[in-house]
Amino acid sequence: MPSVKKTNSAPKNNTLKLNFDTSWSYAPAPESKSAATINPQYDLFIDGQWQKPLSKKYFNTINPANEEKLSEVAEANEADVEKAVRAARNAYEKYWKKLVPKERGKYIFRIARMVQERARELAIIESLDGGKPIRESRDFDVPTAANHFFYYAGWADKLEYAFPNRTTEPLGVAGQIIPWNFPLLMAAWKIAPALATGNTVVLKPAETTPLTALKLAEIIQEADLPPGVVNIITGAGATGAAIVNHPDINKIAFTGSTEVGKIIQRAIAGTDKKVTLELGGKAANIIFEDAPIDQAVEGVINGIYFNQGHVCCAGSRLYVQESVAKKVIKKLKDRIETLIVGDPLDKNTDIGAINSKQQLETIHKYLKIGKQEGAEMYESSCSLPGKGFWCRPTLFTNVAQSNRIAQEEIFGPVLAILTFRTDDEVIEKANNSPYGLSAGVWTDKGSKIFNMTKRMRAGVIWANTFNKFDPSSPFGGYKESGFGREGGLHGLNAYVNLVN
Amino acid sequence: MGKIKQTMSKTEIKKSVLSISENGLEKPVSNKRLEVLKTYKIYIGGQFPRTESGRFYVAKDSSGKQLANVCLSSRKDFRDAVVAARGAFGGWSSRAAFNRGQILYRMAEMLEGRKAQFIDELIQQDLPKGKAEKEINTAIDRLIYYSGWCDKFQQLFSSVNPVASSHFNFSVPEPTGVVSIIAPQNDSLLGLVSVIAPVIAGGNTCVVLASETKPLCAVTFAEVLNSSDLPGGVVNILTGTVKELASWFVDHMDVNATIYCENDSVIQKMMRDKAALNLKRVFFYNDINWNGDKGQSPYFIMDTQEIKTTWHPVENIAGAGGGY
Repeated sequence: MPSVKKTNSAPKNNTLKLNFDTSWSYAPAPESKSAATINPQYDLFIDGQWQKPLSKKYFNTINPANEEKLSEVAEANEADVEKAVRAARNAYEKYWKKLVPKERGKYIFRIARMVQERARELAIIESLDGGKPIRESRDFDVPTAANHFFYYAGWADKLEYAFPNRTTEPLGVAGQIIPWNFPLLMAAWKIAPALATGNTVVLKPAETTPLTALKLAEIIQEADLPPGVVNIITGAGATGAAIVNHPDINKIAFTGSTEVGKIIQRAIAGTDKKVTLELGGKAANIIFEDAPIDQAVEGVINGIYFNQGHVCCAGSRLYVQESVAKKVIKKLKDRIETLIVGDPLDKNTDIGAINSKQQLETIHKYLKIGKQEGAEMYESSCSLPGKGFWCRPTLFTNVAQSNRIAQEEIFGPVLAILTFRTDDEVIEKANNSPYGLSAGVWTDKGSKIFNMTKRMRAGVIWANTFNKFDPSSPFGGYKESGFGREGGLHGLNAYVNLVN
Repeated sequence: MGKIKQTMSKTEIKKSVLSISENGLEKPVSNKRLEVLKTYKIYIGGQFPRTESGRFYVAKDSSGKQLANVCLSSRKDFRDAVVAARGAFGGWSSRAAFNRGQILYRMAEMLEGRKAQFIDELIQQDLPKGKAEKEINTAIDRLIYYSGWCDKFQQLFSSVNPVASSHFNFSVPEPTGVVSIIAPQNDSLLGLVSVIAPVIAGGNTCVVLASETKPLCAVTFAEVLNSSDLPGGVVNILTGTVKELASWFVDHMDVNATIYCENDSVIQKMMRDKAALNLKRVFFYNDINWNGDKGQSPYFIMDTQEIKTTWHPVENIAGAGGGY
């Protein structure tokens, strides 16, 4: 039992505070690394084979929790990209587009099953390479990735039902560039619908988290997918640019920052390339006074501290109705004290390591800006490991709508709290953002929920819940959060031409 | 045709005035009624202002005959129109879909009633009579077509998503916002109607640049809109040059999507480039035969829609099995 003591700070209403730090500690429950195999070096997966990079260069990928090297991976240059695109084009023309759709589907089902079979290994590597808590990679990232393949596999031979009065044809070769926050899951989000609709793929994982995508390449090889249908090449921004600019690519699918999304949009101007962009966000999460407060607080915690806040749809702007603001802020402060920050492989860990040194610097920059702008910062008092990249769960109160921490995407465990009085006011404030990826609303009143969900300009709206995902549920943004949808029936649209 | 001649060139005007003095003391021809000429103005926020720039250009037919002085709209006119369109968006997008259908139907009724006037203008703009009649008829029918879609496309393109967790989850299309449109240069009426109708049927508002060389019908169509219970600002129509205005149409930060209907690859490249500024959705409707069945489809409506997905928890009632 945690000890219960009276706090001195609020003696008047006799508030009790649970004190977790002193007498409530968990024994370490680390997942074993032995269940995963990581090679010391990875080449490029092109045309069904592991090929040495023409660049002859490799770069390290490290564990952000202790800064130790995990492996080194090839850095693809333009010539490597050329090779990968040629393999994908060849596979498309000669094989994949001619394959009977139901057989196409069966390959994808096979991949889904193999991801399930190797789930434990994938989860461990995901946490080692990216820093996310094993609980999340085990219970969310990996199973959702497998489910995504399973969901789209079934679409392969049913596309004529998806678009009324139209038939579909594939686009050709898709160049796909994914971020470091959900490495395997994003690979699944990109590859599964592309293959189901008959396209072939050149995929580049993020430079800080290439390992699970390379493991996926092993699975694809094991699944005996025809060579060249999926090519996975590693590298940084230059490799991504080479993919975007390659003349023989028909479609660019990108998930990442709005800044890079805009560069891609400009780069493909004057070409026939199709593009879908899933970009940044600054989601408003709104708590009304009639909301079930404890449930809402849990939702806010999940909304911003899930995956260290490295989530494009994170609920990073909290709007609390004035009448309950004090109560909610107090509960949030109490709650972040209880979050366990530490070893990503420990099954008790709530918040793992920040993905990279660079990202930690970005977060620190915003913490500084927040304080400079006059907001009040509060962070958990937890201790942080000596090595690796870490950030305490943090919140800001006294934030103004115009503050940069309320306008810009921080992509870390940092919550900005603002208050409001009326429905109209909060709608105005919530929509006053260049982004429009997601939003949340907490209230007990059904009609108010639908008023809010209807008027908020965002692609995914969670009512009395937050950060939920499913393969059958379309995801994607309004405004500068990008265009196109991933997941569900609507996710097929990104990879087909409609013909009469 | 026996109808009021919509326009008379300036030289004709001069002649009819001069004829009095030319005839000297002879009986003046003043018992011949002097025609009232129409001023072709632009349409912003439900009103017919002249361009703020005070500029004009001359619309001519293929023989070079002057048809009218037309407003040469400026960047500022466009910005004013965007303000009007943004202001109208909240109201128009939250109208009942059924009501939007009623208004589009009303637009068709008004167009039908002024058929003769449009035929006149189309003929002036070089169409043979038969083709002019066909164009107006198709334009009217196109409005009826989209009127019917207003409260149906949502059902066709929505989904209830069978998520694995205990949530009710559904996705519906919603209008993307303010759409800037550069209308087709040919099919000056039908093309215009074909690009406006799907955009507003879906609840968006728009700013449209009419055909540069054949602007007459667009202005007269604005008068139809004005008498169709379509709220001011939902459709704003400018006249002017593509060359001058295209870049403003695509780099305004309060425009959500842009539609361009010609094949000019230089303009297309410029548009996709500038659209990156605020990630506008860009659509090129080149090579579309507006006269045929492929000139209409609910997929045109869907181009300027966003899919919104909503999640809500479903309570698991304790102790209740699935079969009660």
